[in-house]
Formats: sequence, structure tokens, C-alpha cells
Amino acid sequence: MKNNETNLIRYCGDQLSHFAKSVYGNKVVFMFVVLCIFGLCTTGKPLEYTVTEVFTRFGRNTFIVLSLIIPVIAGLGLNFGIVVGAMAAQIAIFCTVYWGFTGIGGLLLTVAIATPISLLLGFLVGRLYNKTKGTEMITGLILGYFADGLYQFLFLFLIGVVFPVENPRLIIDGGVGVKNTIDLAGNLKYTIDTISMLSIVELACLIVALVLVVRLVVHFVKKDDSSVPKAVGGIIGVAAVYAITYIPAIERFLSTDRLRLLDAITIYVFGAIILQLFRIIYEKLIKKNGEFVITRPLAVIIAAVIIYALTFIPAIEKVILSVNIPVMTYVLIALLCVFNTTLLNTKLGQNMRTVGQSRTVANAAGINVNKTRIIAMMLSTMLAAWGQIIYLQNIGTFSTYGAHSMCGQYAIAALLVGGASVKDAKNSHAILGVILFHTLFVVSPLSASHLFGNSMIGEYFRVFVCYGVIAVALAMHAWKTLPRKKDGGEVLSDNTPEIPVSGAEN
Amino acid sequence: MSAQYVLKMDGISKEYFGNRVLNNVSLDVRPGEIHALMGENGAGKSTLMNILFGMPVIHNTGGFTGTVEFDGNPVNITSPQQAMELGIGMVHQEFMLIPGFTVTENIKVGREITKPTIASRIFGKSMERLDRPAMRADARKALDTIGLNIEDYVMVSGLPVGYMQFIEIAREIDKSNIKLLIFDEPTAVLTESEADRLLDAMRVIASKGIAIIFITHRLDEVIAVTDSMTVLRDGQLVKRVETKDTTAVSIAEMMIGRKVEKLLDEASDNRVIKDDDLMLKLRDFHVDMPGEVVKGIDLDVRRGEIFGIGGLAGQGKLGIANGIMGLYKTSGSVELDGVAVDTKELGDALKKGIGFVSEDRRGVGLLLDESIESNIVFSAMQIKGDFLTNLGITKLYSPRKGKKHTDEMIKALDIRCTGHDQPAGALSGGNQQKVCLARALTLNPKLLIVSEPTRGIDIGAKKLVIELLAKLNREQGMTVIMVSSELNELRSLCDRIAVVAEGKIAAIMKPDDSDAQFGLAMAGYKGGAE
Repeated sequence: MKNNETNLIRYCGDQLSHFAKSVYGNKVVFMFVVLCIFGLCTTGKPLEYTVTEVFTRFGRNTFIVLSLIIPVIAGLGLNFGIVVGAMAAQIAIFCTVYWGFTGIGGLLLTVAIATPISLLLGFLVGRLYNKTKGTEMITGLILGYFADGLYQFLFLFLIGVVFPVENPRLIIDGGVGVKNTIDLAGNLKYTIDTISMLSIVELACLIVALVLVVRLVVHFVKKDDSSVPKAVGGIIGVAAVYAITYIPAIERFLSTDRLRLLDAITIYVFGAIILQLFRIIYEKLIKKNGEFVITRPLAVIIAAVIIYALTFIPAIEKVILSVNIPVMTYVLIALLCVFNTTLLNTKLGQNMRTVGQSRTVANAAGINVNKTRIIAMMLSTMLAAWGQIIYLQNIGTFSTYGAHSMCGQYAIAALLVGGASVKDAKNSHAILGVILFHTLFVVSPLSASHLFGNSMIGEYFRVFVCYGVIAVALAMHAWKTLPRKKDGGEVLSDNTPEIPVSGAEN
Repeated sequence: MSAQYVLKMDGISKEYFGNRVLNNVSLDVRPGEIHALMGENGAGKSTLMNILFGMPVIHNTGGFTGTVEFDGNPVNITSPQQAMELGIGMVHQEFMLIPGFTVTENIKVGREITKPTIASRIFGKSMERLDRPAMRADARKALDTIGLNIEDYVMVSGLPVGYMQFIEIAREIDKSNIKLLIFDEPTAVLTESEADRLLDAMRVIASKGIAIIFITHRLDEVIAVTDSMTVLRDGQLVKRVETKDTTAVSIAEMMIGRKVEKLLDEASDNRVIKDDDLMLKLRDFHVDMPGEVVKGIDLDVRRGEIFGIGGLAGQGKLGIANGIMGLYKTSGSVELDGVAVDTKELGDALKKGIGFVSEDRRGVGLLLDESIESNIVFSAMQIKGDFLTNLGITKLYSPRKGKKHTDEMIKALDIRCTGHDQPAGALSGGNQQKVCLARALTLNPKLLIVSEPTRGIDIGAKKLVIELLAKLNREQGMTVIMVSSELNELRSLCDRIAVVAEGKIAAIMKPDDSDAQFGLAMAGYKGGAE
């Protein structure tokens, strides 16, 4: 036991020094954390207000920010072209609203329309980017403005003149052009957010069961029954979970669509503890794996306990109790994170990483660079379209000509704040970035008006923060990647250049 | 021993735009042998390898003639992919590695091992999951084969340069069907002990029956490791010999062996060159020019002489010239006519009186879209403030002075053009070179450094440039340093020639020293040049 303790202390020490290093390595993030904390302290509003607001915005925006990750990995930089995906989503929403579909059905129809449009547009954007290798970001930015022009042409002119649309709620009085705002209340508003947990669990059970059955069938066809017990066990497990949902207390709990943050934390903490305990027991007692290091799971358990204990502090409890999470939206965000990670573990993902790191090497290794880049763009545009649908169904009103205009800039700002750069982006960057950026977004006007006593200054602050964030983050990243060799004349005589430029003779 | 050859290239000829670079060359390699391909820069080694690898540059320029037989079957290789499928691998001189990937990922790049998943059954093979343990096992095996003892999960970016070569090799031998490996100057960037390990690895690979074509300039390595060799010179096959039947000296002779034709007549030489009257003095001079690193040289250039700097590509001869001009990071001291030159400050060398004609004529040397006039007066205007009219508050360019000077230069150097306002980019290579020279001369330099003055210009223009340099030297007493990879040219013009090898001065020689001596010095042969 003593051995364990010293291990644990050493583990904590390692983690602390690691933490100190990573703070320095993540100057950008750190600066925004400091700004956010300063902002939070000076809003002059209760903390519950800001926290609730940030959680709402997190659900609304994270999906679209996550859609930016694949292009960064494939070496396309920050994809300002997601605006095009957002437009695809808006065209789909307009169709759904016009045809009068509502609820889940309407939502699925919207997705069904938006997906092919966004894939096609993503393909075209990818083709364009392949012609402008190296300047994808500025191309994407300008492309966004150009696409905006086409979009306005479609909505202000073609609808009404070429496509006769008669609907006084949607169309400007003269019969040509779509109105400035479209109200989504009563058709698409909150359709995702209000899916109850019960339906989610049922759906998950159904999908898992289906997959397992398919796998069983495959095994029977192939006469390979090595993993049959596993699959059968899985099906029984799914059935058991499904049965549990019929217990009245659980059914009542699950039938709501919002999860209180406190409950979420509780579930998470106990889930983590049980999982880690299970791991320890499994590795130590069942597999007798001598190499298994117990410190990490132990640390996780302790951290979980500490987090749980923190929720009993009245001030924190008050804040946590005030927040409700729209479950389905968060589940979708989690699924996209899983998708991004899984994709990177496939052949396609590895190709994307290779292309992103060096197109020359990828080419020499027989990877079709252009095709890989186009696939990355199609995926990104499609995910952005879905993200925009999530965003709009949560907002509830749809500003026809403005909803997409800033989505690229905001999403990219958020990703940058989270510590991503033009060459490196992860799920964690996106999630952290959304939290920080939107905290700042919520807090800055409040703080400004509280400190200066003028609400107009607050509005200036908001605009200032949005664009300032992009500039500062990019500048700080550039500063971080400046070459270290700045010591004037000292020549490293024994230092052969890392990658010699091909001899001038060739 | 004339058994089966894994590779048999016969009667290969290749022309680039009417310029014959390979003429009836053949190359035969047996399985499991290490075969050296030797020759100076421009002897045709790269072209031969490009043909073998099916590089697009060959087929875009009209293909080649001759036959290639690989593994007993006649083949027509039209793309690098096809060459790879046949089992030809290449270890590149510039590393084709991804710094942000682990060793394993680099070894298996493009050939990842995958497992099917549900998604892959729907969307096709590209959605299959990577089987990382299997990939690591393969990488480990390849690394063990060549005796490289590093962890397969570390990032390549943190590794020393020497390791990267080994990872490239591991990647090539991991290809299951590999039969022939080409090493393109693999030891050029390695330290001595790393190079030794590389040679060991090559022996191990060859012992597994994989043939190796080894392209290098280092004669001692060739003697140490190869079984046989093919020597090329000026696109011609000199000889195919077994290594055991030859010596370093005779190889050097085969590589260089060529008559030196004097491009000048010696009649007008009435210079007096004194050993203690120095124009340029370099002490412990280092230059950090990528691909042309200079690692500490001492050099004295006497007033009034033409001093040649020769050596193979990538050995550092270009680094000396560019370093003196302050274009790259340097250390050590440079003295011009007794005055220290600050190479850390760009332009200081120009101010102190060194004229420079860059080897990169179209990149650094000329403003291609600007007129001949702007090109000629530009440096003098910037550095010395010539050709300007002073208006008191500001200075303006004086077209009258500029035009007058340009016309003089056009006449003096015989620049063939339509007039002083023709864009420099529209001129032929030789005339462009004259414009560069005119600009350097406009500065009235004490010392003129010309770097590769005859590269890419035709023979007639070459002669003119050489004569011009000689005239400047003989008539105006200008000290000239000429950097060139054409030994012949240096030997025809220079009073002394420094041969640079591996960033250091290998020898300072007379133009009439023997071919073998030059060959050995250029190859940095350490066996002693007798």
C-alpha cells in the first residue's frame, strides 16, 4: 500500500509539472482563460445567468465548430467555406417550412434535403481548393462572400420569379423574394432539444441491437462462431437496459428532455468511478495483468470524488442547479467527437493526416491527394450544414439573410481560442474554444456596461471581441511558431540543415 | 559470375531538347550486389535513375531509347507507382518523411494495415480501421533488419538527421516485393559514424538478396562496400568494373579524365601577383546555407589573381560566395583588402567593394520583368547613390545618367538586345549573365565574385563570359573569384583552384595538376592523394 502511495504522489507530481508545461505551451488558451475569469468577475450579474447562457450557446454552436476539424487535419487550414454548408442548411429549412412539415419528421426532411446539397457544394469547394492549394483560407473567405451573393440572388429574386411561391408568411408582399426573418416556432424550433431521454435510450438500444444482430448473421453466414457468445451477451445486455427503462422511477426520470447539470455530473461521476473500479478488478483479478498500472484509474476516481464533493458547496450547487442541458443536442455533439476520432483511425483518416502533413510524401506513397482533400471538404461542409440546422432549431427564428453570414468567422474564432492552429486541431480544442469564446461573448458586453455604465460600449465590446479574438489568436500562434534561432550571428557549425534544399545543381 | 541480372538497362540514350545527356549507356545489376553508380555532376546519373523510376520528367520530354529488363522480363516503366509495384525502391537524398508522424506511421505510409469494420462494409475499403499493433510489428521487423534501435512510436520530428535516413530505408525494405533499392547520395548528410552504420545496413540488406544501386561521390565508401560499379562521364558509359579489380585513383581518373582545353591564350598575361599582397582573407569561415554548408575554412586570395573554387554540388562551394555577401548566416572573419567585412549586415560586402554575380540568375540575380537599364543601375543606385539627382528634399532617379551608363555597358559587354529598355527576362541566358556582370561592374568592385557564371548558357556565350572575366583581370587588374562546378572551366582560366569537399577546403591546386588528383580531392578521398 505504501508503494502505491508514493506512486500516486509521483504520478500527481508528474501531472503537475506536465500541467505547468502545457500552460506555457498553450499561451493562447491561457490568455483567454484569464480574460474570461476577469470578465466573469465583473459582469455585475449573478453567475447563474452567465453559466446558463454559456451552456445554451455551447449546445447551439459546438457542432459547427467541430465540423472544422477534418479540413485542418487534411491540411486545408481553417475552412471559411463552411458558410456554404450553412447556406445549404438554410435552403433546406426554407423548403421544410414552406411545405409545412413539422416536428421530427420535418427535421429529418430538412437533414435529407441539406445533406445532398451540402455534399455537392462541398465537392465544388473542394475542387476549387485543389486549384488554389496553399491559399485555401483566403479563398474560402472570399468564396463565402461570393456564395452569399448567389444565395441572395436565389432568395430575393429567383424565389418568386422563377419558382412561384405563395405564402404570405414567408414571401415579401409583392410576391418576389423571401422575408427577412422566418419564424421557426411551431415547426422546427427545439425539435432536437426536446427529444426525451427515453426516446434516446430506446433509439440507442435499437441501433446497438441491430448492429449485433447483423454481426451474428454475418458470423453465421461465414461459419465463424468465435465471437458469437459476445454478440449474444450484447443482445441480452441491450434487452436488460431496455427493460430497466420500464421501471416507473427511471421512466419518469428519463421522460424529460432536459437534464439538470447536477444530475449529469452525478451520473458522470458515478459512471467514471464504476468504470475505473471495473477496470482495476478486471485487469488485476481476472486477467492478472502484472503490467497494469493502478495509479491512473485511482487518480481518476479521486478526481471524480473531488468533483462530486465540490457540488455540495452551496455557491456551486446553486449555479449547477440552475442549468438544464438539452440532452439530444449534447449527445449529437458527443457522437461527432467520436466520429472525428474514429475517422482518424481509419485508412481514410490516415490518408487525410498524411496529405495534411506533406502532399509530396502522400503523393509518393500512392495516395490520391486531390480526392482525399475533396472528401475532407465534403464531410466538413455536410457537418457544417447539420450544425447550422442544430443552431437554427435552437435559436428558433431564422434571419434569412444574416444567419449564415458570421457563422464561419465565429466558429473559427472559437476553434482558435481553444488552442487550435491552422495546422493542428482536435476535439478538445473545439470544446474548450466554444466554452471560452462564448463566455467572452456573453460576458464582454455585460462587463463593459457594468464597468463603464453605458450599454452602447457593451455592444462595441462584443464586436471588438469577436474580431479581436481571431487576430490575437492568429498572432499568438504565429509568435509561438517563430523560429527559435534568433541569436544573430552564431552559426551552428556542426549543424547540418534538417531538410536540405535540393542541390542547386539539379 | 555473369549469371542473371535483376536489372539490365541496355543502350539507353536520352535527349533533352536536342541536348544529348545520355548516350548508349548500359547498367547491369546482379541480385544481392551493391553496385556503385559513379560520375561527376551532370554525368547523367540522375537522368538514368529518372528513367529507371519512370519519372514524368522523362516522358514529358520525349522519352528515351534503349531497353530495360527487370528481373528477367522486359519492362516499360511509365510511372513511379509502376516502378514501386515492380519492386524498385528509392531512398531519397531529401527525406520523404513526415515529421509529425511516428516512426511506424512513416514506415507504413500509404500501405497501412487495416481491419474491416461495419462502416467499411457500407462505404468501402477506405473506412477500414487501422490495425496499429500489426503495423507496429511490421515496423519493428524492418527496423530490426537494419539494426536501428529506436522505439517505433516516437515522432520523427525529434530524431537526429542520421536516423531519418534509416527510417527511409526501413520504409523501403518493409515493402514485401522489394528487389532493387536505389540509394541517392545517402551519406551526404550523415556524420562519419552514422555513415558507417549505414554501410553496415546496406551489407545486411544486400545479403538478403536485394540489389542496391549506390550513388555517391565518396570513393572510400565505394571501395569499402560495393561489389561492382558503373562509371559515367558526360553521358557516356566509361566502364563497368568489379570493385576488387580497381583502385580509388583509377576510379577518380575514369570520372574526371578529359582534356583541358585552354580557353585563353596566355600572351597578354603580364600581371605581377605577390603572395603577401592579399585581397581577401577568410578565417574560420562558417556558412549556414541549406544544402551548401561551409564548415570552417581559411582562405587567402591574392590581389590580381583569378581564384577558382570548385567541388561537387552540395559540398559548400556556393556557400562560400553567398556567405561572403551576407546572404546566409555566417561566422568567422572576412577581410577585404585589410578592411573587415561585416557579413551579418546584408549589403556591407557590396559597400566595401565586392561585386557579386549570383548562381541563381533568374531568382536572385535579375529582376526579370524590369528593363536592362534598371537591372544594371539598381545595385549602384541603392548602395552608392549613383545615378540620382539630388533635389534637396528628395532624390530622384536620373534616367539620363542611367541610360548613358547602360548604353556604355551594352556596348562594352556586347549585350545582344533591342535596347536599354528591353526586359531582362526576354534575353538569352548568356546575355542575362552579361547583364548581371554589368551590374556587378557598375559598382566598380575591388573584388568580383562570380558564382557559376556559365551555368545554363550555350558554349559560345560561355567562351565570351570567360574571355570577359579574363579581360577584366588582365586589363583592369581586377581580382576575380570564380565558383564553378565545371572543373574544366576553372582549369582553363584560374591561377589557383580550391577544391571544396564536405564544407572544407580539400586542396588548393594548380590548373595543371593531374586528373586523378582533382578527382580524389573532389571526392574527399581520405586514403591520401599521392
